[in-house]
Amino acid sequence: MSGQVPLVEYLELGDDPHLVANECTECGARFFDRRNACASCFGTSFKKTRVETTGELRAFTIVSFAAPGIPTPFVAGVIDCGGTSVRANVINCPPDPEHVKVGMKVRLATAPVGTDDNGTEAVGFGFEPIS
Amino acid sequence: MAKDDVWILGIYMTKFGKHPDEDTVDLAAEAATAALKDAGVTMRDMGVLAAGNLMGAAAGIGQQLQKQIGQTGIPVYNVANACATGATALRTAIMSVKAGEADMGLAVGVEKLAGAGLLSGGTRKAEGNTWTPHGRYGAVAPVDGRIGTETMPGVFAQVGMEYLHDHPYDGEPFQLFARISEKNHAHSTLNPLAAYQKKMTVEEIMNDVMIAFPNTRPMCSANCDGAAAAVVVSGERLKSLSKEQQQRAVKVRASILTSDPWQEACQILPDVNTLTRMAAEQAYEQAGVGPEDLDLVELHDCFATAELVHYDNLMLCKPGDAVSLFESGATWRDGKIPVNVSGGLESKGHPIAATGIANVWEIATHLRGEAGDRQIEGAKIGLAHVIGLGSACGVHILEKPAA
Repeated sequence: MSGQVPLVEYLELGDDPHLVANECTECGARFFDRRNACASCFGTSFKKTRVETTGELRAFTIVSFAAPGIPTPFVAGVIDCGGTSVRANVINCPPDPEHVKVGMKVRLATAPVGTDDNGTEAVGFGFEPIS
Repeated sequence: MAKDDVWILGIYMTKFGKHPDEDTVDLAAEAATAALKDAGVTMRDMGVLAAGNLMGAAAGIGQQLQKQIGQTGIPVYNVANACATGATALRTAIMSVKAGEADMGLAVGVEKLAGAGLLSGGTRKAEGNTWTPHGRYGAVAPVDGRIGTETMPGVFAQVGMEYLHDHPYDGEPFQLFARISEKNHAHSTLNPLAAYQKKMTVEEIMNDVMIAFPNTRPMCSANCDGAAAAVVVSGERLKSLSKEQQQRAVKVRASILTSDPWQEACQILPDVNTLTRMAAEQAYEQAGVGPEDLDLVELHDCFATAELVHYDNLMLCKPGDAVSLFESGATWRDGKIPVNVSGGLESKGHPIAATGIANVWEIATHLRGEAGDRQIEGAKIGLAHVIGLGSACGVHILEKPAA
């Protein structure tokens, strides 16, 4: 069997890759994993919602010491995607403070994580600068 | 000495650093017996014991300590609250006294972390040779490093950088944060209990090993061993003690613990701001003082990037003005509002569960006029702050002993 799997369930692959959040139908708070009740309003009803694929880099760090198997340095950050904050790496950009700035505009991009014994490729995501 | 006041009767911190020949129980015992001696009381006087040792949270450090220094059958609360564990132990003892269940209590925090290396969040090992979804995100591989970072230096680096996004800064962020670290390392040279007492130039700090931009190694809290302990007493009981005990007792004007309320991004990047601001507001209200009344502050500089945001969160400056406050020199030991005259976590060290009591010890020692070379002259009111990710925030405001 070959093909692709997303690194995480909230990444939707295909022709139009995007992230999917669980949105509280009461207050609109968004979560990337499941909630028994909304952390903001305690509502218990959620719907799947597409998260915008472009945004602004609110915060970043350039990590030089990381878990085994993670190439360094890499840029980790928080992206404001139209009011929904997303945690992700900044990719397709040199990992240095001359190229990475808070406030820069970025867009979602996919990136391969690796291929398993069955030939299945895992695909992750990051955000790349909009030049 | 009003009936429902709570006072610190005795307090102690061990030397922070490497203690290869002492285990956690030895260190906790050293701090606890010294705090009891400082208070002029014994284990027989204690009505409650609250204790924390985060890395050994399942072992029950409170009972281990009792077996080492005195078992009297009193209630023991073993607490764990990340880096706020020590403050939580202290707050637990204070609550017990406030509730009238005990008129004297002991709080202890201890950690052995020397050589622990980089602390990160919930990483998990890769397993098997086929992609299989695991956990709450259905992740087929570890997400730390692939979807942002869970390492502490990286998380707090983003906290500092986010502040400079929300409050635009024209200068060089790396150098700004390095100068905050320079201050704390300079302060540490006067603190014989600090793990590191080495003055460092901004250039030395910036050229040291980069951990997570903009935090280099000396801008990160130092993993080390240490313990701290405090004896608290009710105002009523204090009245029955000696003049000498009364004259060294430090009044607890406020004792607050908060957790993080929901904010839009708080499950993406920990929000260390809102709960700190809440704790500060509640503490100032409880104490009946404002930030302008503080003579010194010990705040949770787990990384240089964190110190900046807490100037604002603790309302030491107007909202958004943390950089100007620092640039004015106000937070140096000879400034308007000295911050981290102990050297802070970056040089004093951060033995996790000890930190929240050690910060209170630093403040109490200045208020007693017993801080030696680093004494802030005439200090009357001080504030101690800690943050534990997850999150928990402890704030204590203390007042000088009555003359």
